[in-house]
Amino acid sequence: MMPLTFALAHSLPEIFLALGALVLLLLGVFRAGGRDWIISEAAIAILGLALLSMLIDANGTSLIYDDAFVDDAFGRFMKALCLTGALVSLLLSREFMAREKIDFFEFPVLVLLATLGMLMLVSAHNLIALYLGLELMSLALYVIAAFHRDHLQASEAGLKYFVLGALSSGMLLYGSSLLYGFTGTISFSGIAAALKGDVSLGVVFALVFILSGLAFKMSTVPFHMWTPDVYQGAPTPVTTFFASAAKMAAVAITVRIVMTAFPGLQLQWRQIIVFIAILSMVLGSFAAIGQTNIKRLMAYSSIGHMGFALVGLAPGTQKGVMGILVYLAIYLVMTLGTFAAILSMRVNGHYVENISDLAGLSRTRKMMGFFLSMMMLSLAGIPPLAGFFAKWYVFLAAIDAGLYPLAVIGMLTSVVACFYYLRIVKVIYLDEPVATFDPVSREVTAVMVLGGLGVVLYWAYPGPLVAAAEIAAKSLF
Amino acid sequence: MTIGLTHYLIVAAIMFTLGILGIILNRKNIIVILMSVELILLSVNINLVSFSSFLGDLTGQVFSLFILTVAAAEAAIGLAILVTYYRNRGSIAVEDINAMKG
Repeated sequence: MMPLTFALAHSLPEIFLALGALVLLLLGVFRAGGRDWIISEAAIAILGLALLSMLIDANGTSLIYDDAFVDDAFGRFMKALCLTGALVSLLLSREFMAREKIDFFEFPVLVLLATLGMLMLVSAHNLIALYLGLELMSLALYVIAAFHRDHLQASEAGLKYFVLGALSSGMLLYGSSLLYGFTGTISFSGIAAALKGDVSLGVVFALVFILSGLAFKMSTVPFHMWTPDVYQGAPTPVTTFFASAAKMAAVAITVRIVMTAFPGLQLQWRQIIVFIAILSMVLGSFAAIGQTNIKRLMAYSSIGHMGFALVGLAPGTQKGVMGILVYLAIYLVMTLGTFAAILSMRVNGHYVENISDLAGLSRTRKMMGFFLSMMMLSLAGIPPLAGFFAKWYVFLAAIDAGLYPLAVIGMLTSVVACFYYLRIVKVIYLDEPVATFDPVSREVTAVMVLGGLGVVLYWAYPGPLVAAAEIAAKSLF
Repeated sequence: MTIGLTHYLIVAAIMFTLGILGIILNRKNIIVILMSVELILLSVNINLVSFSSFLGDLTGQVFSLFILTVAAAEAAIGLAILVTYYRNRGSIAVEDINAMKG
């Protein structure tokens, strides 16, 4: 038996978030003021503290809590991404929530709980821990999707997300129950040990159900239909949170379960992953072309990007996993920067979200126009911006593994996707200005500028990110 | 005829399929969808408990207790979201959920 202090030391971020959420909930109820900033600021501080606490003991792999929970370099890398996404989303949310008069104290508490679920999900090492982490994340996300409760679109977004989310966790559970029945264990390493040699049909069924459930959470085709509606209907800071932190956690657990529980079924899961990746890349590129709402466009863009990230999973090699990790880190920066720009789109006190509202931005707001254009070019994958390197790593891994058709289709679809990203740049630089945006708060501008600089200057110093991703990928093998 | 593991698994598979079909084919109202979700979770519980008894291993029953707890929380949240939706839209018919398209 491991001593309790050892287990606690290796789950410090989770403990900080769990205690923090409880304390803030009590504080919010007893203050009874309804709206105030203190809870939101405290939640940001707690997320920052959780991020810092991972630095204390950042090496090695340890299995704790009766092997239900694993603390390894891969988990720490993905947790850092989830926490960063949550922290920045909360930072971006403050101005928006206040202006829309929905700045209730429950929001930061729910974000903390959802983030706690993500961290548990990333570190899950058996099927029960996976399910509980996933549900803790999803239940909090359903509520914050419908957080603007007097708003028809927001409550419709929450309802759609709830119904499809519940369906997906049902499929994941059905797969888990079959996997438990056919292998006799719920631990990922135990499952991997039981799946050596011949594979029964039941296990393949289980694999299909589990991957479908996770594909819902990652919003990849053919389980993507909730994404555009939820992204459009939910309040913009909530969409930011969905597009950043929630995506990271879903991809992380997919990579972990495929690599640690199903190494013996590589032939089977590779077909599924290749299928999902190709469909996502194609749909993400073509369906976004006709969109006029920028949040909806970002939803299709995120579907496409998840397809690109999964290209790195298909080879099942360490290099591929490293590619995914670099891809996710860069995608996180691009998404947060883009959503900071979307949160700056306000005319006469009202938030607007049409692409045509960006017309002539380069003349009315030079800096925002420049950084948003850079973000779009980076999402399109144009060198030397960060988005190009992200794609480069995953495609390189696919080519090394001999998956030429996958890599070729990926490159062709990214060319198609260029069209709608370039259209936004064209609207910003060539169209006549229609309206001037109101001034925005410092934190939103800061996130946009930092994201933009990160995307533009990534080529100058890619070493630390690549090195961290390499260590993280190694811990899975 | 003795009732073995296969029979339990077939019942669970039928319930699971009914639940999925209830969500996909249902054109009436959202309460039916919530009921279908419960049906799916219960079919999973049947699976887990019968595997657990067949394997002589308690883990499956522990798992099913966790699922029951989470299912209760999920139903509460689902109904709450449904109430806010009804207040805004004045209807819970599936065909009326159409504020966003494209």
